[in-house]
Amino acid sequence: MPSFVRHLLLIVAPLIAAFAILPGVYDNHLLLFNFVIFLILAQGVNIIYGFTGYLPFGYVGFFGAGAYGFAIMVMHFQTPAPLAVLVAGVVGVLLGLLLTPLLRLSGAYFAIANLAAALAVLHFVANPALESITKGPYGVALNGTFNPTLAYVGAVIILALTLGIVVFLRNSSFGMALQAVREDAVSAAMAGVNVVKMRVIAWLASALVAGLAGGVFAWYVSVFYPDNVFSNDFSIFAIVFALFGGVATIMGPIVGVLILYGVYNLIGFTTPQYFQLIYGVLIMALVLFLPAGLVSLATRRGWNVP
Amino acid sequence: MLAYPLIAGVLFGLYFSLLGIGLNLVFGVMRIVNLAHGDFLMLGAFVAFGVFYLLGLDPLLAVPLAFVLFVIVGIVLYGLLVPRLQQSRDPEMLSIILFFGLSQVIEALVTIAFGTSERSIPSRELGSLMTAAAKALGAKPEGGPVDILGQSFPAAWVISAVVSVIAIGLVYVYLYRTRLGTLTRAVMSRRDEAFATGINVDRVCAAAFGIGLGLAAIAGVFAPFMFGSVTPAFGADATVTAFVIVVLGSLGNPLGTALGGVVYGICYMLVQTFLSSWADLLPYVLLILVLLLRPSGLLGRKVRVA
Repeated sequence: MPSFVRHLLLIVAPLIAAFAILPGVYDNHLLLFNFVIFLILAQGVNIIYGFTGYLPFGYVGFFGAGAYGFAIMVMHFQTPAPLAVLVAGVVGVLLGLLLTPLLRLSGAYFAIANLAAALAVLHFVANPALESITKGPYGVALNGTFNPTLAYVGAVIILALTLGIVVFLRNSSFGMALQAVREDAVSAAMAGVNVVKMRVIAWLASALVAGLAGGVFAWYVSVFYPDNVFSNDFSIFAIVFALFGGVATIMGPIVGVLILYGVYNLIGFTTPQYFQLIYGVLIMALVLFLPAGLVSLATRRGWNVP
Repeated sequence: MLAYPLIAGVLFGLYFSLLGIGLNLVFGVMRIVNLAHGDFLMLGAFVAFGVFYLLGLDPLLAVPLAFVLFVIVGIVLYGLLVPRLQQSRDPEMLSIILFFGLSQVIEALVTIAFGTSERSIPSRELGSLMTAAAKALGAKPEGGPVDILGQSFPAAWVISAVVSVIAIGLVYVYLYRTRLGTLTRAVMSRRDEAFATGINVDRVCAAAFGIGLGLAAIAGVFAPFMFGSVTPAFGADATVTAFVIVVLGSLGNPLGTALGGVVYGICYMLVQTFLSSWADLLPYVLLILVLLLRPSGLLGRKVRVA
């Protein structure tokens, strides 16, 4: 059996099946939905950071842009929700295209510029001067399309798509080439890899899934403010989840989300400051003691982690 | 009409230079992105609150106190965090996440200790010691606003600008006229070669890290006067602003940061005066434009293109 079929059957199919069945047996649908969203975002970060080494510190920009793309289609063009979710993905890709010049920057400059880009999009959308289009800082309410059940199904489909992309990257020469570029762009170019094209494709794929996730999120919650959908917590959580599990693998980000987001919900929100404190300490400990993620515990012993 | 925003812009700009210079030093020397920079500013502001409200003294006295305190904090933190971080595979990227964790911890601890309320100090209290001393010597000091070219500005702005110029001048003297400063510049330009020539890179870096945090804390002492008030959550925005200033100027060059600060200050005041609803967008758009059009900064060498 080729390895990508094995990965699809043994990892992707059970996960998707579990999230398809769980709403029937578990009552907290919002929590399940959030799990799916974070799985999508963590894998989106995995696509761009794990395989190309660019840290998208403003990843939420695509998510928020997707959410607003959805909202604008529904508010101004009365688009049916599934179509508006697709438009949200397109908006993510367009923003990605607009930001492709950022890929010229390296290392921390890219991360900071990406953060600035996300904040710029937030302040643009939240500007009271654009109230007639985006409703500015006052938020949007999309009562007409409110349908959490369908939105959840949409989110699971997007998760399947995202996992499909990661399985492809993990098992194809394309993914190998990307990792070669990440390790040493000059040598990879010498070996005949089209560095720029590769990076742009990975970047746009990662923007696409975040845009779609934003659209389906807007569909699910239906009432939100710019500060909600552009909250940089989404970027941070997605990055930390992906790193905690281990990037450039299929399993890593999945394990990261299931464990860390699970713990997050177990601790609860009773005192946000203590929560922030624990989370900060956890992040620092992660970087200092386990910088290559949980999967490194296995790979160190020579086990192959998909 | 134009004179007021221009002069205010220069005053703010000199202060902004001080706000960015510590970050510049840390990133230039260690290639570490100190995302907690703004949080050390916030802590500096809390030192000023302590000096004024607990001891009843002139907040200007908080400047030396904050500097010494945070140089020590910086050297200790350096020893705890940085050597471990440098061992990992991608220290520059992981530093972003590590220091994000640190900023969360600081923000949480300060919130737990002091609450989330906005704090400020009456503007006339800054420099009250000097006024009192001048009175004791028989002079007639003018309280209240200061006149520059027919426009009047709050005395606190002028004092902040003057202290900023002195601090930047001292950084310049440190880097170009002392032995440790020369070594610092050596590490800045080529870390491995500096190491090979027998420079104690760790000691140089620890000193630079301490001084960087100390400068941030000094800038923080003036933050309540320049921004009106300070909350524990003030750090994140301050960090991005500091980044804009550092990138606008150029890396490792204190004069570049001074220039970047002034350019930013003038732009900031002009936009606030003539286009106030778009003023929030300015730092982010400016940052992206500079990174893309002139990635080495206004005074920089070519360093940053991937």
